[in-house]
Formats: sequence, structure tokens, C-alpha cells
Amino acid sequence: MALLEVKNLGISFGGLRAVNAFHLNIEKGCLYGLIGPNGAGKTTVFNLLTGVYRPDEGIILLDGENIVGKKTIEINKTGIARTFQNIRLFKELSVKDNVKAGLHNHYRYSTLEGIFRLPNYYKKEKEMDEKAMKLLSVFDLDQEADTLAANLPYGKQRKLEITRALATNPKLLLLDEPAAGMNPNETKELMETIRFVRDTFDMTILLIEHDMKLVSGICEKLTVLNFGEALCEGDASDVLHDPEVIKAYLGE
Amino acid sequence: MRRMKKINKTTKSNLITYAIVIALFAAVQILTSAGAISSLLQGLLVPLCAYIILAVSLNLTVGILGELSLGHAGFMCVGAFTSAFFSKCTAELIPVAGVRYLFALLIGAAAAGLCGILVGIPALRLKGDYLAIVTLAFGEIIKNVVNILFIGRDSEGFHFSTKDSLSLGLLPDGEVIVNGPQGITGTPKDSTFTVGVILILVTLFIVLNLIHSRSGRAIMAIRDNRIAAESIGINVTKYKLMAFSISAALAGVGGVIYAHNLATLTAQPKNFGYNMSIMILVFVVLGGIGNIRGSILAAIVLTLLPELLRGLSDYRMLIYAVVLIAMMLFNWSPKAIEWRERHSAKFKRKKQKEV
Ligand SMILES: Nc1ncnc2c1ncn2[C@@H]1O[C@H](COP(=O)(O)OP(=O)(O)OP(=O)(O)O)[C@@H](O)[C@H]1O
Ligand SMILES: [Mg+2]
Repeated sequence: MALLEVKNLGISFGGLRAVNAFHLNIEKGCLYGLIGPNGAGKTTVFNLLTGVYRPDEGIILLDGENIVGKKTIEINKTGIARTFQNIRLFKELSVKDNVKAGLHNHYRYSTLEGIFRLPNYYKKEKEMDEKAMKLLSVFDLDQEADTLAANLPYGKQRKLEITRALATNPKLLLLDEPAAGMNPNETKELMETIRFVRDTFDMTILLIEHDMKLVSGICEKLTVLNFGEALCEGDASDVLHDPEVIKAYLGE
Repeated sequence: MRRMKKINKTTKSNLITYAIVIALFAAVQILTSAGAISSLLQGLLVPLCAYIILAVSLNLTVGILGELSLGHAGFMCVGAFTSAFFSKCTAELIPVAGVRYLFALLIGAAAAGLCGILVGIPALRLKGDYLAIVTLAFGEIIKNVVNILFIGRDSEGFHFSTKDSLSLGLLPDGEVIVNGPQGITGTPKDSTFTVGVILILVTLFIVLNLIHSRSGRAIMAIRDNRIAAESIGINVTKYKLMAFSISAALAGVGGVIYAHNLATLTAQPKNFGYNMSIMILVFVVLGGIGNIRGSILAAIVLTLLPELLRGLSDYRMLIYAVVLIAMMLFNWSPKAIEWRERHSAKFKRKKQKEV
């Protein structure tokens, strides 16, 4: 059974049909790409998957469980984490605290234990610190643990967002244009990191990307979205050579 | 190693804050015993403790939670009146002032915290700056309710009225406790400067430890980016309500201190109205939004300065108004926020190109 199964998904904004009859099947462990021209509805699909928008119709099955109608918080607890096209970090928190915020639901102690500094506070904070540093070192951010997130250079901010999402221990990781604004070197490094994350965390990853080098370099499967509809899907190499896709998107 | 250093850094910063308060307390004690503090200034010390607690608690809402409250004096008012009512009723029942005061504190804080929850539930669930409007209304409503509230007690029990003390219909042995616009007279004067400073330290302990804990991190994450906080499974409504009700409860503590320092407690625009709420907000803004230590210092300077420089006190409100408007415009108006974001984005892009 696929980890993520989306059937007949649709949403309209006023008169605009942003996503229509969309379907998607992602096997566990797959590195899946969602591509398409600007305004095709890619980010909207992410927002539907994470409960930011509620679809007009369709179902979304994560591990067989329908998550349509659930709140964003619940969906994260069920196992979907994401990053944002326009970076959304906790800017006034340190890099490490951004990751620790991601660990929020996995290392629990009560507010009173925190205020009165009871033993559980020290125990859990220590565990969180260790886990956060471990995750940060995967992304080569451990040197910047105490830096304010706002002061990180752009490429590292993108990486921190991925780290934070990973901290919530998801089954499915959604990355919205992770390489946007990165230079070729950073992009290349990011590709390796994404592959590394998939391999070490046994993660399933769905990513939106305009950078064709990245897409063809790491995605195993692709779906092309055009005007809110799936134009084509399948193995990355097949999709990228589909004449219709080239006409609609790549040929521009 | 690095982790140890980090923990030490926040702990150190917190300890400095406590130390500043204790040092100032000691300085005042020495100056008092040397007779260097006028009785006028001495009269200000207990209210000052209340203001400091209010400023610190408001900073929890404004700086840490990132919501604007324009009715903080309303929560102070609730704490003041509920606790004064309690202390007056139990003045004979609980003769030990310390015990009575402890209960008064708990009751004042609980009542104000409850009001915080009641105000926060509708206002904080909405996305947007609704809290400012709702708290503004709350502050004014509470003040007016207290002014038409009459409560008396006689051998038959408590009597309530919203008309006047006569319609309470008290027996000859009865006593009016809350007398409408005349407020509560004869609250035991249990607040002292020492008690006030201890309560400042308790407030700091609660607020600073909250900030540097799992819940505080969640609250600040919501402040920095609500959508991202939701995306990582943080319950936004829960933590907003938590921060705001703790803030309201601490404002209630400020009210308890304030009430137990007055022979007659009345609710006037000056002490529990909009003016007071704004004055507290000025402390927070001038001390630095999110800067707890700054709130303390701003409260001290702005409370004592007009008394030390009496001649300037005419200008005080003018300075308040100008600074407040400027800071408010800069911090809160959508145009200014947009402008700031555009410029920081530009700056970021430029930096990126350089790389
Ligand atoms: N909340 C909304 N209200 C109204 N229209 C919306 C909303 N969100 C998205 N849209 C519209 O839906 C369409 C798809 O937008 P979406 O952001 O999903 O595109 P995208 O494929 O991610 O594009 P890009 O590559 O530029 O990021 C656009 O026309 C957009 O204007
Ligand atoms: Mg998009």
C-alpha cells in the first residue's frame, strides 16, 4: 500500500479552480517531485495535504487513514511535516530552539514542571538538546546552534526549515522549493543532503522544485501539474521526455 | 560544553535581573534609614512594585506572546477588588496578616487569570489583532461595573445591589463592604515595600522560567510565525491562552499589592482605566518589547522621575503620548510592518547576491 494516496482532490478560490481532480500515489521511501509552471497549484496541493486549506472534494489517505478535515496540528501529529516556499522560521529564536520547537510533541513536560524547574524539566531539556544537536549536525548547522535564525544566511535558513520539519518525526516530508534562491553550489549540496535524509531517516519525500537539475538529479518519480490538473506522472526520466510536458512546461 | 555554556548564559542573565531588583531594594532600604528619601517618594514605593509587576506581566503578552493588550489595568482592577473584598471580609476571621495576604494573593490572581481566560477565549482564537479591542473594552467595562457594585454583609449573609447601599436592605448589624463609587474602605494595609519586592521576584521567577521552557518556546514560536508553529504540531490556541491568562493573573497580583496599600480603594480612570493600561504599555514599549529587565527599569524611571523632577510632570504625558504614538505606529501599523519587511527582504537579497 502506498504511504500517501490522494484521490480526486479539488479546491476552488472564488471562481478560480486551483486544484482539480488531482491524484497522487507515493510509495514509502520514494523521492517524489511535483513540478509545473508558476501558479499551477503546487503550493496549494501542499496546503491541502497539511490541512491549511480544506478541499472541496477528494480524499487524502496517509498510511490508509483519511486525513481530510483534520487540523494542521493533527496532520503533523499523524505524520506530515513541511517547509514553506517563503521561508517561515521562528526568527527571534536561536537555531537550536527552532529545532527544539519541532521536538515539542516528542519530549513532553508540563508548564509547571518548567516554571518550577522540576527534575523532569532538566531531563527532557537535556534530551531535546542532544536530539536537536544531532539533527543540526546532519545539516551542518551545529556550529550555528546559538545564532538567531533571522541572522542565518539564506541557504542555511532553508536547511534549518528542513531540520525543524524533520524534528517532528514525520512519515512524509513536504519540501516547497527547497533550492529557491540557492546558488549552484548550495543546490548541489542540498541535493546530497536530501538524498542523505531519505536514506538515513528512511524518509518519504515529496518536493516542489523549479530547478530541473535538482529534479532530474534526485527525484525518482514525478507528477506534472498544469492549471491545477495532473498533466502527466510516472518515472522521472519518462516524464521529463514526455512531449506534452515539454510543450506545456519545459519548452517555454 | 557548548550546551553548558548556553544554559549558563540564560541562567546568568536571569540571575542578573534578580540581582538588580535586590540591589535596588537594598539601596532604597539604606537610603530610607539614612532619611534620604522623602515621604512622598516613600509613598510611591509600594505602587511602584505593583507597576513593575504589571509591566513585566504585560511584557509577557506583548513581547513574548506578541499580542497587544490595551486593558491590562482591568485585570489589575479585578485582582485589587476581589482581594480587597476578601481581606476585608476575613480581617477578623484570619487575624494573621501574612496568611490572609497569601490567600488574598491567590484569590486576586485566580480571579484576574479567570478573566484573562474569558477574554482570551473569544479574542485569541481569531486570527488577527482582536485582543487589543477586546481588552480595551474589558478594562472599561470592569471599571464601570465596580462603580455600580454594592455589596453588604449582615448576620443573614451577603447582599448585592447595583443601585445604592440603601437598597442592600442591611440589618442594623450589617456593614457595607463594597460601596459603589466609594469603593472599599478599610482594607487591611498588608502591602509593604518588602512584600512588593518579594512579589516582583516571584513574578520574575515565573515569567523568566516560563520563557525558557518548552511552553515558552511554543509561545514564542507562535509569536514569530503562527502558520509554521501549527505546521510542527504546536497547539496555537492553547499556548496563546496560557500566556495571556498567566499574564492576566500576574496583573491581578499587581492589583492585590496596590489594593492593600490604600485606605480607600476606588476604581477611577486614573488608577484602573485606560490611562493606566497605556501607562503600563509605555513602560513595556520604552523598556523594550520582550525585554523583561527593560520593563522593570522603565517602570522605575517613569514612575519616579516625575516625582524627582516635579517641574517636568506637565510634560510627562506629552512625552508619553509622542513616544507612544511613534512606537505604536512603527511597531504595529500594517504600512510600517510592510515597509520593514520589504526593506529587510531587500537587505537579505542584497546580502545573498554578495555571497
Ligand atoms: N488562498 C488563496 N486564495 C485565492 N487564490 C489562491 C489562494 N492560494 C492560491 N491561490 C491561487 O491558486 C493558484 C495556484 O497557486 P499556487 O500557489 O498553488 O501555485 P504554485 O504552483 O505553487 O506556483 P509557484 O510556482 O509560483 O509557487 C494561483 O492562481 C493562486 O493565485
Ligand atoms: Mg508555490
